[in-house]
Amino acid sequence: MAKNRRQQRRRRGKFWSNLYAVLIYGMFYLPVLVMIQFSFNDAKRNYSWEGFTTQWYGKLFSFGNHDLWESLAYSLIIAVLATAISVVIGVLGGLGLKKFEFRGKRFINLMLYVPIVVPEIVLAVAMLIIFMTVGIKLGLGTIVVGHCTFCIPYAVVTIKGRISGDNDTLQEASMDLGANRVQTFWRVTIPSILPGITSAAFLSFTLSIDDVIMSNMLASARQSTLPVLILSVNRTGITPDINALTTIMVAVMLLGLLVLNLIRRALRKREERLEAAERLSVSSGQ
Amino acid sequence: MSTPRRKRNPLPAIAQAGPVSLWMILFVTLPMLFIIYISFMTRGTFGGVEYTPTLEAYKTMMDATYFAVILKSLQVAVVTTLVCLLLGYPFAYFIARKPPETASRLIMLLMIPLWTNSLMRLNAWMLLFQTNGPVNKFLLSAGLIHSPITFIYTDGLVLLGLITNFLPFAVLPMYSSIEKLQTAMLEASADLGAKPSVTFRKVTLPLTFPGIFSAIILTFIPALGTYTITDMLGGGKVLYIGNIIKNQFGTIRNWPLGAALSVLLLVITALLIFLYSRFARIEDMEVL
Amino acid sequence: MADSIVSLRHVDKWYGDNHVVKDLNLEIMEGEFLTLLGPSGCGKTTTLRMIAGFEDASGGIIEVQGERVEEKEPYQRDVNTVFQNYSLFPHMTVFDNVAYGPTIRKVPKAKIKEDVTRMLALVQMSGYERRKPDALSGGQKQRVAIARALINNPRVLLLDEPLGALDLKLRKQMQIELKRLQRKLGITFVYVTHDQEEAMTMSDRIAVMKDGVILQVDAPLDIYDRPNCRFVADFIGESNILDGTVISVDDGLLTVETPDGILTSRGEGFQAGEKICVSIRPEYLSVSRQPAEGFTLRAVIRDFINMGTVIKTNLDLPSGQEIRFSRFELDPDLREGDELYLCWDPAKSVPIHLDPEEVSP
Repeated sequence: MAKNRRQQRRRRGKFWSNLYAVLIYGMFYLPVLVMIQFSFNDAKRNYSWEGFTTQWYGKLFSFGNHDLWESLAYSLIIAVLATAISVVIGVLGGLGLKKFEFRGKRFINLMLYVPIVVPEIVLAVAMLIIFMTVGIKLGLGTIVVGHCTFCIPYAVVTIKGRISGDNDTLQEASMDLGANRVQTFWRVTIPSILPGITSAAFLSFTLSIDDVIMSNMLASARQSTLPVLILSVNRTGITPDINALTTIMVAVMLLGLLVLNLIRRALRKREERLEAAERLSVSSGQ
Repeated sequence: MSTPRRKRNPLPAIAQAGPVSLWMILFVTLPMLFIIYISFMTRGTFGGVEYTPTLEAYKTMMDATYFAVILKSLQVAVVTTLVCLLLGYPFAYFIARKPPETASRLIMLLMIPLWTNSLMRLNAWMLLFQTNGPVNKFLLSAGLIHSPITFIYTDGLVLLGLITNFLPFAVLPMYSSIEKLQTAMLEASADLGAKPSVTFRKVTLPLTFPGIFSAIILTFIPALGTYTITDMLGGGKVLYIGNIIKNQFGTIRNWPLGAALSVLLLVITALLIFLYSRFARIEDMEVL
Repeated sequence: MADSIVSLRHVDKWYGDNHVVKDLNLEIMEGEFLTLLGPSGCGKTTTLRMIAGFEDASGGIIEVQGERVEEKEPYQRDVNTVFQNYSLFPHMTVFDNVAYGPTIRKVPKAKIKEDVTRMLALVQMSGYERRKPDALSGGQKQRVAIARALINNPRVLLLDEPLGALDLKLRKQMQIELKRLQRKLGITFVYVTHDQEEAMTMSDRIAVMKDGVILQVDAPLDIYDRPNCRFVADFIGESNILDGTVISVDDGLLTVETPDGILTSRGEGFQAGEKICVSIRPEYLSVSRQPAEGFTLRAVIRDFINMGTVIKTNLDLPSGQEIRFSRFELDPDLREGDELYLCWDPAKSVPIHLDPEEVSP
């Protein structure tokens, strides 16, 4: 097949746009690669590359290193709590706001966009003032509340985006067949929006575990989350064991994604095998 | 003879929409109102607030030093937004015109770096641009400079940090908008005699404008109120609005001033949202 | 004698391993209304898009008005397209949509206004200049799309299933309007559809396509009365197709033996011993309650379908095959299970050569 000039022009265009995309992706991945590289850096502080070593991974798992693991644990607890609360409230809210009309609905919708659009510092400061004025002690509770406040809107938006129009039809069909509202909710509604729920949960978790500003402002002096810890040691220099920890975190997340994909594929293969077996039995039974 | 109307059971609506409404009112509306209230109060002698109304906080804000910081923050935010739009739009276009499965994989690829701790990524930029870091080493060996440039703790590095941090958030809404653009529109335009550049100007750009505006909102406002990026890359030497607000609630203890600056950010945000609702003609912001 | 205005010679199109258009040859005459007709996936839309310039041909030559166009971008070709979903620009008014082509070509504003007004009047959309597409109904959008294309005075107008999204009544109305428009303007229309009734109504010639190949190009009545293969006979209108072997040929009169009896048919180019199929339209069958001269086929009534305009009667032949005849009125005494004898004028039935694949089982 001879390539005419038009096709050649298109191929050249494709080359340049591919190159552009690669460069942009490069820009995004460069810091990640640097972070990973320096986790193997043979130097006390992350100032320059001195040589390859795995000592920091060893040090990470040694007995002396409490601070890092404590703040990670703290971050994880907060993230799990915040995700749980946000998903429950957010999913219910997303369903309710999509389906029902009520006075003040536009107001609530507007309020939902505030945490998404407004700079986090303003939100954090506002909540800080209220907590301190009312006399609530800062600590885990206030941090979780703060995280939920920006996670819930993201959860609501995610869910709203995933609910299609036939959600109503499914509910009607369920009730027509005799299920009451609660049964319909658990047996029909939730399963049908499950991908949306997992999306929302994943998003909330990621936002919570990476959060700095809220966690900083609404924290007690005693314990800080991992990002806040990193921020505070930034002045004195970030040590490579932190790099090691965050590298492990990313690896775990990627592994989790891979495992999820494999499970999904395995489930699909099982479905296909069952279907094929059924088809065989039907046709041979004729 | 009229049949009695069955009262609609309000319970499901309350059960579903209730918690979220309550949360938003308690933890968003009230704090926002309170912070506006505080901004009009006096600074307490030992920190905190004295409930005497005054415009002192706003006057301080207009003061030369603070005003300069506000101006600089605005400048930096504008530049960040522009660069993110210019770099991000072609990138979003590239992904959006691919078949759906490839596109979602490319988007996933875009999201993975965001799973790493944002502070560590900023730290990585610091390491690259250090005085004896790789960038300087390369420039020296290539003969482009004679002595190392101090990149760290400068506005320039902060700008770079802002751009790399917010670019994904600019790409996503633009991608969403471009993806919705039907190929048939572009074909129709070409069919009627328009060269690709004309098609872009007259068809693509106007139809993807909502996405562009979303990108502006998701980039400009956070860049304006940024605190961590300036702290990590600026080392306390570079001050922006976010840092100043933070300081008012930490070491300096001038709550009303912090509140007033926050109100300023709120006003700018509200203005942008208002413009968006006017120009984008979308009743429910498809921001994500 | 009209000239050929669009020429497709040995045109091929591959999508990866998929050979969607195979060595296609077609000459489209100036001023004619030619329809590409076929089932989904036959390559008709792909062919149209290759003429428009949205797809590259993998091989072959495409000429418009004598010039080769394979190298040309859509905006360089002197053809315009009416799209399946209209593709009106949602952010522009009706006026701006129609004025798009001339605006690009930098036609003076006064002339644009004049032309747009004239075009909208032509498609009966005068007064809608300020409206936006989302405020128009399907049929109205369709007319604007046509005006937008025609204002550029193309020599060839390409239409890609433009009436697919309209309801039946509106579709029939638009078919007549489009045909009248084409006649009035004298422009060549190349029309794509899968609806054979639509093709029959509007076309000067129909090109029936299947699996990337053109099976037959003829005027509608010729295709109807003389299909050249089983697929065309089956696709166009309704047809009863009976398989059999030619027993004898006598000056164009064929005697054919089928599992259900002996039939006759008229056709040239057939030999004794050849396996063929015979197509006979339901409306050309005659029936009789008694066996009589010429009424050789016996069948049992299975059921009736009353379409309002005609009544169709389905019958079973001894071999198990269904056969159908249609009438405007039917003997009210006929019941399911009754036996009838069928016959027809041999000239009204069509003998068809079998495809090579069909001959050897």
